[in-house]
Amino acid sequence: MKVSLFITCLSDMFFTDVGKNTVEILERAGCEVDFPASQTCCGQPAFNSGYLKEAKQSMKQMMRSFRDSEYVVGPSGSCVGMLKEYPKIFAGDSEWEEAAKDLADKSYEITQFLVDVLGITDVGSTFKGRVTYHPSCHMTRILGVKDQPRTLLQHVKGVELIELPVAEDCCGFGGTFAVKNADISREMVKEKSRHVSETGADYLVGGDMGCLMNIGGRMRREGKQVEVVHITEILNTH
Amino acid sequence: MSVKIGEAPYKERITKGIENDFMREAVSSAQGRFRAGRLTRAEELGNWEDWRQLGEEIRTHTLENIDFYLQQLSDAVSEKGGNVYFAETAEDANHYIQNVVKKKNAKKVVKAKSMVTEEIGLNDAIKDLGVEVVESDLGEWILQLDEEAPSHIVTPALHKNKKQIRETFTKKRGYDQSDDPEELAAFARKELRKDFLAADVGITGCNFAIAESGAITLVTNEGNAEMVTTLPDTVVTVMGMERIVPTWEEMEVLVSLLTRSAVGQKLTSYITAYGGARLEDEIDGPDDYHLVIVDNGRSKILGTEFQAALHCIRCASCINVCPVYRHVGGHAYNSIYPGPIGAVITPLLDGYDDHQELPYASTLCGACTEACPVKIPLHEMLIRHRQILVERENKAPMSEKILMNGFAKWSSSPAAYKISTKLARPALTPWIKDKDRIENGPGPLKGWTDVRDFPAPSKKSFRAWFKERESDSHEHSK
Repeated sequence: MKVSLFITCLSDMFFTDVGKNTVEILERAGCEVDFPASQTCCGQPAFNSGYLKEAKQSMKQMMRSFRDSEYVVGPSGSCVGMLKEYPKIFAGDSEWEEAAKDLADKSYEITQFLVDVLGITDVGSTFKGRVTYHPSCHMTRILGVKDQPRTLLQHVKGVELIELPVAEDCCGFGGTFAVKNADISREMVKEKSRHVSETGADYLVGGDMGCLMNIGGRMRREGKQVEVVHITEILNTH
Repeated sequence: MSVKIGEAPYKERITKGIENDFMREAVSSAQGRFRAGRLTRAEELGNWEDWRQLGEEIRTHTLENIDFYLQQLSDAVSEKGGNVYFAETAEDANHYIQNVVKKKNAKKVVKAKSMVTEEIGLNDAIKDLGVEVVESDLGEWILQLDEEAPSHIVTPALHKNKKQIRETFTKKRGYDQSDDPEELAAFARKELRKDFLAADVGITGCNFAIAESGAITLVTNEGNAEMVTTLPDTVVTVMGMERIVPTWEEMEVLVSLLTRSAVGQKLTSYITAYGGARLEDEIDGPDDYHLVIVDNGRSKILGTEFQAALHCIRCASCINVCPVYRHVGGHAYNSIYPGPIGAVITPLLDGYDDHQELPYASTLCGACTEACPVKIPLHEMLIRHRQILVERENKAPMSEKILMNGFAKWSSSPAAYKISTKLARPALTPWIKDKDRIENGPGPLKGWTDVRDFPAPSKKSFRAWFKERESDSHEHSK
């Protein structure tokens, strides 16, 4: 099966291991992975800030980049969720409507792809540690991916999964919200960090580096020892 | 009062909210209770999503045919001896009600809880006549004693704890008992009883008006609406023009969604239905009955992309799940409609000028949209507001416009993007600490790094790694 990796700009520049792990997991699952190098950003920072015209420019670039792909798989519920919104955004635009629908239809978040498309629930990895999982908002509420990450984590040998209190609560990232409403964002991430500590877990796992960078950045500032890892790291440890 | 409740600037309101530990604790624990209650009651039905779907369909149908249903309601109320008045503005509504109060030579008006009367500032209009007005919902009564605005649309005094309420009662009404909620409530009940008996006019809001029968229905847990609608000779209902359902059948669906979503109850303790005046052959009902249907900006929302915001049945479940609301409280929104629904409808009802920050007071986490029992796409509407603020209202800061313009150029040019993946780390090097983090970021990063670390860009981008890997494997296969 041919899969095009949608790396997301954040992981491309800041969290390259997420991309490496994603590629290796997909290859181990028997996929042939390519990387369309003309891909950039999904457009979410502009779209969510109200800059539709500007967002559409990056969205068009993404549609051009993945035009020939069979499947598009990315390590972020939020960014893949953005791709899924393209058909709504380009509805009525005769030039782009089809491409928007095409890209949305063939795009998957990595855990969603593994479980729903490849039918894999056990990737055969081993990871020793007490782990708690933060289900990011866009992954669960926009993309509708709720169970897949848990299913995969539950099958990893050595993982002790501990429930995060009020897990569904937003961490306070919200893209530009974190800067525009820094005070509110701070209170939200403090609360999330407290909930993570309450679990006593050694690792905080998530499927979106945006949220993890926020929670991790705060916990580090608080001097907490909890390690923050993207789910692909756990799924690619042997 | 009106939609807007004060003059303090946004930042100041946010800080005040965040620094109010009592309020935050009260809000947080109430949210926890409401959230758990709602989930239990939703699960109990077994097919909550079907109920939501039905709720949305009923609201969509009603709003699309609102002219028909309002006419039907008006005819039904008239037939029952009631007077119906369509008020285009808040002033029109207040003026009409003032005349009702004056004609009656009223000395005292007693009210059941009503958000629309807060919206139009009715209490002030009545007080201007030298007439006393008493709120009879316990939460509203507490706030009236304290001269405060509601901070929540269902439980208006949510931000107060029992100690604070005891203090208010002591200071304003000479209360000398404990802060035990039962004692506090018994005191309020005794005090309010005098007002019910002395009132010349009773005024209520409306949860659902039944178009077919002309009945006004209200949900309460205190039974105060029964008193307000049965004791005074003159009764007035004030309703937002969208608070209407075709028949009792739809009301039954919506009231189930409302009480389960609002407070996690199957039904509230009281569901009051009333309407019309006492006709000649009837033994009860008021001598004089008035239904005031308030537009106040609502018809301007009809037919726009925000029409679904009028579907709102005022359950506050969006408010009860909102993490932003939890940390800043209702007053920070500076609108009688706080939380996500408030951030959506406040600018629609009262304009963007005084409320331009509200659409940004959300992480777009979507908890509101998920909780809404009539499926209003709240977080999407917040994005739409932002677009309007940027494009039409021209309220975005210049620095942001420049940044977003740069974003568009960067993200639509693979070449520019690729260069940035190489330059990100060198550009941030002066601020990088311990090779992997930034503690004091420059420019726009400052807000971020004030409270948390920011990661340093990788030494090598993913795309560079992938390219090398590809050429390595080519080498290998040669």
